[in-house]
Amino acid sequence: MNIKEDNNLAKHLDVFKEIGNIGAGHAASALAGLLNKRITMSVPDASVVSFDEILGVLDGPETLVAGVLIDCAGDLNGYILLLLCMKDAMSMVAQALEETERDVTDPDFELTDLEQDTLLEISNILVGSFLTAITDFSGLSAIPAVPQLSVDMLGAILSIATIEYGKIGDSVLFLKTQFNDLAGDVNGHFFLIPDYNSYKMLITALGLDG
Amino acid sequence: MAVLVVGMADLKVAKAPDTLTTLGLGSCVGITLFDKKNKIGGMAHCMLPTYKGFEGQNKAKFVDSAVVELLNQMVRIGASRAGLVAKIAGGAHMFGKSQNNDLLKIGERNAAAGLAVLKQLSIPVQANDTGGTHGRTIELNPETGALSIKTVGLGTKSI
Repeated sequence: MNIKEDNNLAKHLDVFKEIGNIGAGHAASALAGLLNKRITMSVPDASVVSFDEILGVLDGPETLVAGVLIDCAGDLNGYILLLLCMKDAMSMVAQALEETERDVTDPDFELTDLEQDTLLEISNILVGSFLTAITDFSGLSAIPAVPQLSVDMLGAILSIATIEYGKIGDSVLFLKTQFNDLAGDVNGHFFLIPDYNSYKMLITALGLDG
Repeated sequence: MAVLVVGMADLKVAKAPDTLTTLGLGSCVGITLFDKKNKIGGMAHCMLPTYKGFEGQNKAKFVDSAVVELLNQMVRIGASRAGLVAKIAGGAHMFGKSQNNDLLKIGERNAAAGLAVLKQLSIPVQANDTGGTHGRTIELNPETGALSIKTVGLGTKSI
């Protein structure tokens, strides 16, 4: 799965973007219920970027982020990693809990158990909707496991994705997701980390290998 | 004096007063070499344990090939092979609660590969801050050999 050597990369990225948009549609309605607010979501960008660039796209390696990792098994095996910058993550949590937004730049800032659970639930909805779009489109199964949360430096969390992609090259596939109609715009980043066979299977199932 | 930034899958060497840093190490491992007499330092930020099976790729990405390349580059700018000591950091398990599997245990394997290759090259390991479930930013000062380690929520220390 050397993505840079994928001859039909542009076509594949368009399809991932399309799938992402369908997933985003499902996620928006589910999230609207949870946050009790109308929201829209879109995937404006699906791209393959180098390791150096990706850290820049997301405000640098030391930025505090919330990362949620979900293990998937079935016809498709691998991981989905969702990254939210801490401010955006807390903005969603505050709305779901109907609390005032907390200052994430406070050196003593720490998530409460309730906030962690809320963030995991939101991420679960986002990733689940996205995964449903992929399985609907491809007819392949992918059952998500319980999500895991880590709040730390961007570079450290992203290493899960870059190491796996590192086996085949120096770049990573990601989908930028935008949520609107919240207190402000919130950006999330999805990283698909399929294993080699799953990527090939997905490309075939989506009819993209011709 | 300059602070040289070592990227992901990258390695660099420096002479005092310049320093070397790499930001946000997670499951990757940071390996530093230091020559006290000549005040020369080197740092590698590696993602995977071994070059074997990945021949032709960037050597800095793999622990074993990166350490050998780092050693060669340091000797080339005047370091003494016999006087080198090492410090190692990173190799965390970022999603600590996850089940055991290859991808998530990669940090542990990276750290073990680092210690193994240093032993093979007879370079003494002076300090080891690997494992845990947190990220690290490290900075090596080739003037003193001190390696500072910064974390989120666990403070900063020097090893």
